[in-house]
Amino acid sequence: MRRFSWFNATSIALGFAFLYIPILLLVIYSFNESRLVTVWGGWSTKWYASMLQNEQLLTAAWVTLRVAFVSSTLAVILGTLAAVVLVRAGRFPGRTLFSGLIFAPLVMPEVITGLSLLLLFVAVGFARGFWTVVIAHATFSMCFAAVVVQARLYDFDKSVEEAAMDLGATPVRTFMQVTLPIIAPSVISAWLLAFTLSLDDLVIASFTTGPGATTLPMRIYSQVRLGVTPEINAISTVMIGFVTIGVLIASYATKRSSARRERDLRTAEAGGT
Amino acid sequence: MRRWLLISVPYLWLFVFFLVPFFIVFKISLSDTEIAIPPYTPLLDLSEGWAGIKDFFSQLDFENYRIIFSDALYVNAYGSSLRIAFISTLITLAVGFPIAYGMARAPKAWQPMLLMLVILPFWTSFLIRVYAWIGILKQEGLLNHFLMSFGLISVPLNILHTETAVHIGIVYSYLPFMILPLYASLEKINPALLEAAADLGSPPWKSFWQVTFPLSMPGVLAGSFLVFIPAVGEFVIPDLLGGSDTLMIGKTLWIEFFSNRDWPVASAVAVVLLLVLVVPIVLFQRNQEQLREREAGR
Repeated sequence: MRRFSWFNATSIALGFAFLYIPILLLVIYSFNESRLVTVWGGWSTKWYASMLQNEQLLTAAWVTLRVAFVSSTLAVILGTLAAVVLVRAGRFPGRTLFSGLIFAPLVMPEVITGLSLLLLFVAVGFARGFWTVVIAHATFSMCFAAVVVQARLYDFDKSVEEAAMDLGATPVRTFMQVTLPIIAPSVISAWLLAFTLSLDDLVIASFTTGPGATTLPMRIYSQVRLGVTPEINAISTVMIGFVTIGVLIASYATKRSSARRERDLRTAEAGGT
Repeated sequence: MRRWLLISVPYLWLFVFFLVPFFIVFKISLSDTEIAIPPYTPLLDLSEGWAGIKDFFSQLDFENYRIIFSDALYVNAYGSSLRIAFISTLITLAVGFPIAYGMARAPKAWQPMLLMLVILPFWTSFLIRVYAWIGILKQEGLLNHFLMSFGLISVPLNILHTETAVHIGIVYSYLPFMILPLYASLEKINPALLEAAADLGSPPWKSFWQVTFPLSMPGVLAGSFLVFIPAVGEFVIPDLLGGSDTLMIGKTLWIEFFSNRDWPVASAVAVVLLLVLVVPIVLFQRNQEQLREREAGR
């Protein structure tokens, strides 16, 4: 059994302190009675109450959730297709360009992606609003989804698919009944990743949005520029809470499914011998 | 037939919503301001045949690029973006390496939990995490409050709205992107190699520089690119933490577009930024391909 050395434990502790202290302070100060960051005026939930009365903030939150839901669903469908193409379709004309197109959005600065999509929408005369943000988010997060799903597709045994085909299943049926259930955990985590990427995005949404589709990061950004407001601490804390719960549920689910897989595997091996 | 359909759906999507927009940006960067603001007059009019094509080329205009390269504002913005991104990447590497090393040497049972803790901040909003630093770094903020109450300083430090604040913001926000690839390559190093080095009389620091560090090079490179490339075009961090003196190119593009409403210059800024980033992006992709091949070869 390996143990923590003094040096390793210290560097991990300092690193995690650096990562978590700002977030922790934000959460603590969201319960501050005082308006000032440095003055502790006692515990209070009044900023949560005023957040709940802030119509603009709530509308923006609702828009953001809808955009994130639709765009991540679209991104996962497109991203899974792209991953299947990259791993299974073999050579086809324009394959290099295709893999470049999957890769490029991952590192492209957001200001460029945002600007170029906006200019496309303007050029074709597409009215900006909810759907343009959805398209923009789906486009960059499908690439993240493709990378996540691709990793899983590389891992898994192709012979299972071949067996299904040999037994007369159509390619579509094979995909739905064999491939998809096997890659399901990665599809789910790809969806979650796409969802948070969309919730998080300020720059691309600012470029591609139109009237009536102001997202929460845009609203937060415009308030933050006016100065620190404790209401933003409150809504940030709510978001951090949701994300933490979501990640905990997801990690619990993957742990259980991987435990089940291991058990199945062991049963299968025991049955085989 | 079906295979063709399968390929074409994601392909067409990316083609229409990722590749074509760049050509439009490029086209607009070559236009006059009056032409480039909507409603657009079609620049390339194919219905007029050869005359239309000739017309198109005669209308091409490198004026916007001339503006960018002759105005010190833009040149400085590119320069300081590259400098800030480079310095921040080095600091991120210096901060991230011991953390990744500690994680890779931690008890096996702890590792999934530690990984999860590195990823978790990445799932909480980037904007909010940057915003949290305003409350810490400002003059009457928590850091100064803390340092002064311990008597370490007597006058509040002026950190917010300086380049230092931008470095802190970048290191903080991109740290997970550095730790994860570093951890992945450090974790693969066979401890027997270090034992062998020790048996042969190498002191620990020498083993580190001659064995561990060279073997972690793929992670160092991948992490550095993952931090450097997006940091060059960063907008949120310099805007919220940097002052008016800290000019980065992402912010310049944003101002050009939203405040000055000069679309052609904004497009030209984007094209040049893209050209500046082509080299690191290509190097990064090559590095990733080599990694994948090495993985496949094992």
